[in-house]
Amino acid sequence: MKIILNIWRQKNASSPGRMVRYELDNVNEHMSFLEMLDVLNEELTRKGEDPVAFEHDCREGICGCCGFMINGIPHGPERGTTVCQLHMRHFQDGDELWLEPFRAKAFPIIKDLMVDRSAFDRIISAGGYISINTGSAPEANSIPVKKQCADRAMDAAACIGCGACVAACPNASASLFVSAKIAHLGLLPQGEPERDRRALRMVLKMTEEGFGYCTNTGECEAICPKGVKIENIAMMHRDFTRAVALFREEAKVGGTG
Amino acid sequence: MAFRLESRIPSGPLEQKWENAKRDMKLVSPANRRKYSILVVGSGLAGASAAATLGELGYNVKCFCYQDSPRRAHSIAAQGGINAAKNYQNDGDSVYRLFYDTIKGGDFRAREANVYRLAEVSVNIIDQCVAQGVPFAREYGGTLANRSFGGAQVSRTFYARGQTGQQLLLGAYQALQRQVDAGRVKMFARHEMLDLVVVDGRARGIVTRNLVTGAIDCHVADAVILATGGYGNVFYLSTNAKGCNATAIWRAYKRGAGFGNPCFTQIHPTCIPQSGDYQSKLTLMSESLRNDGRIWVPKKKGDTRHPNDIPEEERDYYLERMYPAYGNLCPRDIASRAAKVMCDQGYGVGPGGRGVYLDFREAIQRLGRNTIEERYGNLFEMYERITGEDPYTVPMRIYPAVHYTMGGLWVDYHLMSTIPGLFVLGEANFSDHGANRLGASALMQGLADGYFIIPYTMGHFLAQVKPGGLDESHPEFRAARQAVEERTKKLLSIRGKKTVDDFHRELGRIMWEYCGMARNASGLKHALQRIPELREEFWQNVNVPGSGDEMNQSLEKAGRVADFLELGELMCLDALEREESCGGHFREEHQTEDGEAKRDDERFCHVAVWEFAGEGKPPVRNVEPLNFEFVHLAQRSYK
Ligand SMILES: Cc1cc2nc3c(=O)[nH]c(=O)nc-3n(C[C@H](O)[C@H](O)[C@H](O)COP(=O)(O)OP(=O)(O)OC[C@H]3O[C@@H](n4cnc5c(N)ncnc54)[C@H](O)[C@@H]3O)c2cc1C
Ligand code: FES
Repeated sequence: MKIILNIWRQKNASSPGRMVRYELDNVNEHMSFLEMLDVLNEELTRKGEDPVAFEHDCREGICGCCGFMINGIPHGPERGTTVCQLHMRHFQDGDELWLEPFRAKAFPIIKDLMVDRSAFDRIISAGGYISINTGSAPEANSIPVKKQCADRAMDAAACIGCGACVAACPNASASLFVSAKIAHLGLLPQGEPERDRRALRMVLKMTEEGFGYCTNTGECEAICPKGVKIENIAMMHRDFTRAVALFREEAKVGGTG
Repeated sequence: MAFRLESRIPSGPLEQKWENAKRDMKLVSPANRRKYSILVVGSGLAGASAAATLGELGYNVKCFCYQDSPRRAHSIAAQGGINAAKNYQNDGDSVYRLFYDTIKGGDFRAREANVYRLAEVSVNIIDQCVAQGVPFAREYGGTLANRSFGGAQVSRTFYARGQTGQQLLLGAYQALQRQVDAGRVKMFARHEMLDLVVVDGRARGIVTRNLVTGAIDCHVADAVILATGGYGNVFYLSTNAKGCNATAIWRAYKRGAGFGNPCFTQIHPTCIPQSGDYQSKLTLMSESLRNDGRIWVPKKKGDTRHPNDIPEEERDYYLERMYPAYGNLCPRDIASRAAKVMCDQGYGVGPGGRGVYLDFREAIQRLGRNTIEERYGNLFEMYERITGEDPYTVPMRIYPAVHYTMGGLWVDYHLMSTIPGLFVLGEANFSDHGANRLGASALMQGLADGYFIIPYTMGHFLAQVKPGGLDESHPEFRAARQAVEERTKKLLSIRGKKTVDDFHRELGRIMWEYCGMARNASGLKHALQRIPELREEFWQNVNVPGSGDEMNQSLEKAGRVADFLELGELMCLDALEREESCGGHFREEHQTEDGEAKRDDERFCHVAVWEFAGEGKPPVRNVEPLNFEFVHLAQRSYK
């Protein structure tokens, strides 16, 4: 089938970008979206042109590398899928598509469809962990965990950190990402001792990194390729509010939530 | 010059070796640790766990990965689970049994002492991961759940849905980020190691390229750890992530690190078959599916009926027929080879007859759709997404694909390579899996190496050297940096007619055809002629657009493929010289009457350790004999 692609081309962070139109004639419906871009890139290379830069690695929907906008939707029109797992059979012959990078102040563009998501790592550094040094763990079955808690924690922990939630949010908030970690760890008994501090530090860091606030639009949940739920955000707000009361000093130093 | 291969296996009975080794190890005092710097290349399970733990101990750590975040290392893709000898199921498991299964699964080509230690620390891994908050599957009573995996008759595999690797890696990543916050680890994401620097016979640093700016930098340290994963991508199509590469270990090999058993490759039996030439990778369907799925082909050759129209009595459940004791859960090498044999004989299904069925009909009838969905939901979804077929109603079609490399840099019991100060962890080392790895054992090995072994052996090494005393103005650093710059320039200056992928695909075809599931001398000799020709052509005719001082994904790929073009040759050479069959290395000339791998313990009960002898010179094959003191060398049987 034939597909027309309009792709955002931008040499680097400091150059201006623009849309460039490409036509692909022999797209196979069993190809993945990224395999279609591979074909385009092979063609561009043969012509001596610069191939389109896009991020990818596992191509199995788990590493969270890939992601850009297709017609204004992060990871494209199929629900619950990353762009590497999106297959061309979901498109029609002759479709015209617009590909753009995720756009958010906290995600500066690196090149073409690639952005810098290192802010996510810094948020995890701020408290997205359980403080336990190697070697000091108790026997695993000495910490019983309710099956429901383990299952719910796993639902939240399924987040792949792709950043689609930020790109979908009108406020470019990272609340779904941050709350997924807060819920994952907060739902487990192991995570309980640091629960307040974790929520406080992660939320403050998110604000510091330039992400917006959550206004309950729900776009994030709708596009999340892993089905991470917005109910996590409610848990984050509750934990954060409690933490502000508990840690007044630290909350002030970090600015408001 | 031949290597002196000292395995440094501690003395004493098997059960006491690791204790004895730890007792004898030298220590670095807490106050002195921050004076030592360590480079950890790789942030997968092995690298992240090592960097985090060494940071906790107080060393100065720098950690590198090529992705934009350490959390994206390829360990994230592991699905099925991680083994540990906890015996929570009370089904007769023990440290010894896990050890024995691993040695036997590996077809008696691994070191006893290492494998025993691995089984021993496996129990600590689960404790550590649970404490970090890894959401393993649980029973209603709150205890941990287990499933079974290939090559074992006990249930010892711990799992987090079909995303075990992801959850274990996130645990290690979070521990790593905690050390980043504490200032003990400095993380260099989007940095690719392009060379190792050896000064006065010791590994003292690396040269990296910043993948965003193109800047080439030197990093100096007291020791270097490579935890850069496997090299299955030599075959172009594999279950590995697109970026997985051999560059770090290959450059280290060329700087004097021995390469152990390069031809030992694992071909995984259950992957989604290739659908076209544009295919960029193959997708694994976790081995855990073989717990409930039954593998079959039609009894009639070239049967084109829809699988659901083929009655029970016309189906050949060939694994159950050939290996009644283990059935669908026989080890990977055996299951893969059986699939190839069935397809070669004309029983295969799907396009080109390259596929066999993996059927859940009976399991769904027995357990109900909900249970199957709970166990494998995300895998079924992934299958449907890729193929457009619903595995709840139509059997999956699967075919073997390259998955894991047992070969890698040779290391001694301390995980140190033949270059003092260069340690190698995880899939990158030649490791504990012999000639075939059992499912759910790679995650175990990566974390054992990083959390529980390297903290001891690294301390022992550092305690014997003075910290620092060197900077990047040293001639060796300057020379290494210059070599990297020149190579980059060279790649960019060719501007030929073929793309990097053209060469990579061709190399993959050669490797799959001649160094894949079945190998023979004439095929390997042919490959040994073709690969150097292809490499020659690459350096004449590859087209790498763009420049070196910017983000340039073509350049990154070109460097990796250039290394694969050298490594592929060594793999074929190793396969040719090992004139026996063992595990995943199946030489057609060496098989039993019923087509099983036939080892030759007289001549090949050893590790082949290859030594780089200089550009254009044939590499030297050294051997480390394997002494089996505690287990009896037996013909593997899963019947
Ligand atoms: C699809 C799939 C499923 C699997 N399922 C299972 C399973 O269920 N159970 C099991 O036990 N095993 C499984 N395995 C095997 C297992 O996942 C791997 O063997 C293991 O995770 C490897 O871990 P590692 O830390 O050695 O390397 P990796 O996780 O591959 O990490 C390599 C690291 O090195 C970095 N790196 C590489 N080259 C360079 C360079 N030149 N410069 C800088 N950095 C570099 C990368 O950025 C990355 O951080 C599976 C493998 C695959 C492919
Ligand atoms: S490439 Fe890994 S999630 Fe898409």
